[in-house]
Amino acid sequence: MNNNSNHKYAIETRDLDIFYGSFKAVTGVNMKVERNAITAIIGPSGCGKSTLLRAFNRMNELYAGTSIKGEVIFNGQDIYAKEVDPVEVRYRIGMVFQKPNPFPKSIYENIAWTARIHGYRGNMDELVENSLQQAALWDEVKDKLHQSGLSLSGGQQQRLCIARAISIRPEVILMDEPASALDPIATLKIEELMQELKKQYTIVIVTHNMQQAARASDYTAMMMLSQEGERSGTVIEFNDTNIIFTRPQDKRTEDYVTGRFG
Amino acid sequence: MLRKTFDNELQQTKDDILVLGSMVEQIVMDSMEALKKRDVEASKRIYAQDHKINEKRFEIENQCMILIATQQPMARDLRLLASILDVASELERMGDYAKGIATINIRLGDQPLLKPLIDLPRMAVKSSDMLHRALTAFVTGDADSAREIPKEDDEVDALYVQIYRELMTFVIRDPKTIERANMLLWAAHNMERMADRVTNICERTIFVATGEIKELQTTYDEIERMDGDKSAS
Repeated sequence: MNNNSNHKYAIETRDLDIFYGSFKAVTGVNMKVERNAITAIIGPSGCGKSTLLRAFNRMNELYAGTSIKGEVIFNGQDIYAKEVDPVEVRYRIGMVFQKPNPFPKSIYENIAWTARIHGYRGNMDELVENSLQQAALWDEVKDKLHQSGLSLSGGQQQRLCIARAISIRPEVILMDEPASALDPIATLKIEELMQELKKQYTIVIVTHNMQQAARASDYTAMMMLSQEGERSGTVIEFNDTNIIFTRPQDKRTEDYVTGRFG
Repeated sequence: MLRKTFDNELQQTKDDILVLGSMVEQIVMDSMEALKKRDVEASKRIYAQDHKINEKRFEIENQCMILIATQQPMARDLRLLASILDVASELERMGDYAKGIATINIRLGDQPLLKPLIDLPRMAVKSSDMLHRALTAFVTGDADSAREIPKEDDEVDALYVQIYRELMTFVIRDPKTIERANMLLWAAHNMERMADRVTNICERTIFVATGEIKELQTTYDEIERMDGDKSAS
């Protein structure tokens, strides 16, 4: 894959359709994800937010029967092109999930093991410290690096997963509801962390929490199911977060963000 | 329907804006009537009543703060609440203009008016009428009316110029009238400013409806007026 990150957009989709078998879950998405910014995807349940997010690093392929039409361009290259290795895609475009999922290993090994698998040969202590620092977790765990990752609180586990994701130096981090299982303080810590991380990474986050999208993101994509035909999800409005939450252009976005949807 | 409670509370806050608006209309008309009749006692009562308008304004402000904090309003709801805060403050200032007119009447004491008041009460009637319709447009989200009402500001401005010129002729004829003329001019200025603030309310109505904040150009221009006065003298 190209290493050229001079493109203005980290990810760009072109007429992207996503299918589960013959069911078209997402239709016609043309979206440009700006580099070093946080892009939120919002919308009601079942409108295809997570499906779209997972298409950004070919994670959907892990589910049988999924396919896509159109293109997902990363650094100027279609990640679905024949010659592209999906494992490399996921290595460059990392993912953090809704439920923290640290490996049942020590805090240290959660990062070191991941790095070794990806062929890291440098100073491991340095990498572990660095990744934990970047994930704003170092100060809380530096004295217990060899305890199990599962011994941490939910919020700490989620930051450990973020540390693990960034230990392999991705360019983009995809986050699927990263704070929905966390309490409000742990949620704010993740949001603060995202603001730090965007200086080095591009972040795309799916969230049900509109206030979170409003607080934490620079751009917002509003998704919704089409009202006619096969009821497929699509992006109906994409704009600066400030505009989406103060003066959205689409009536459906207005109804959703003001809580009058349905 | 979702957000019924919130919608009810928004409606309540809009109703309160109408209440505050009618308090302002009333105090403006009363203060002008007292000046016209040289009823100093009435003006003293009006002067003392202004605090009720201020209190109502703070009550509305507090309701808005509570709704913002507890309901996390977005988009149109947020624009409405931000605008209610602004409109409440415009109304309070209009109340201050009425209080100013009451002050003028009190300060004139037992001096007679320079002339019977005709145009000045007209300004009050016109400004209050514009205010009434502007607030109706605001609470009903009627952007079309909000675009039209400010055009009537020209009439108020024209009355102001007329009063100004008339008072100047008194002053030129007899410089001893300068203080009384100045006080009436002050009252006229207050009414002229009130109509300007009606325009601000109309701008907010359009903002709530469309998301666009745009200064509405009243066709009358301050500079033009100054030029006009120069050629008239």
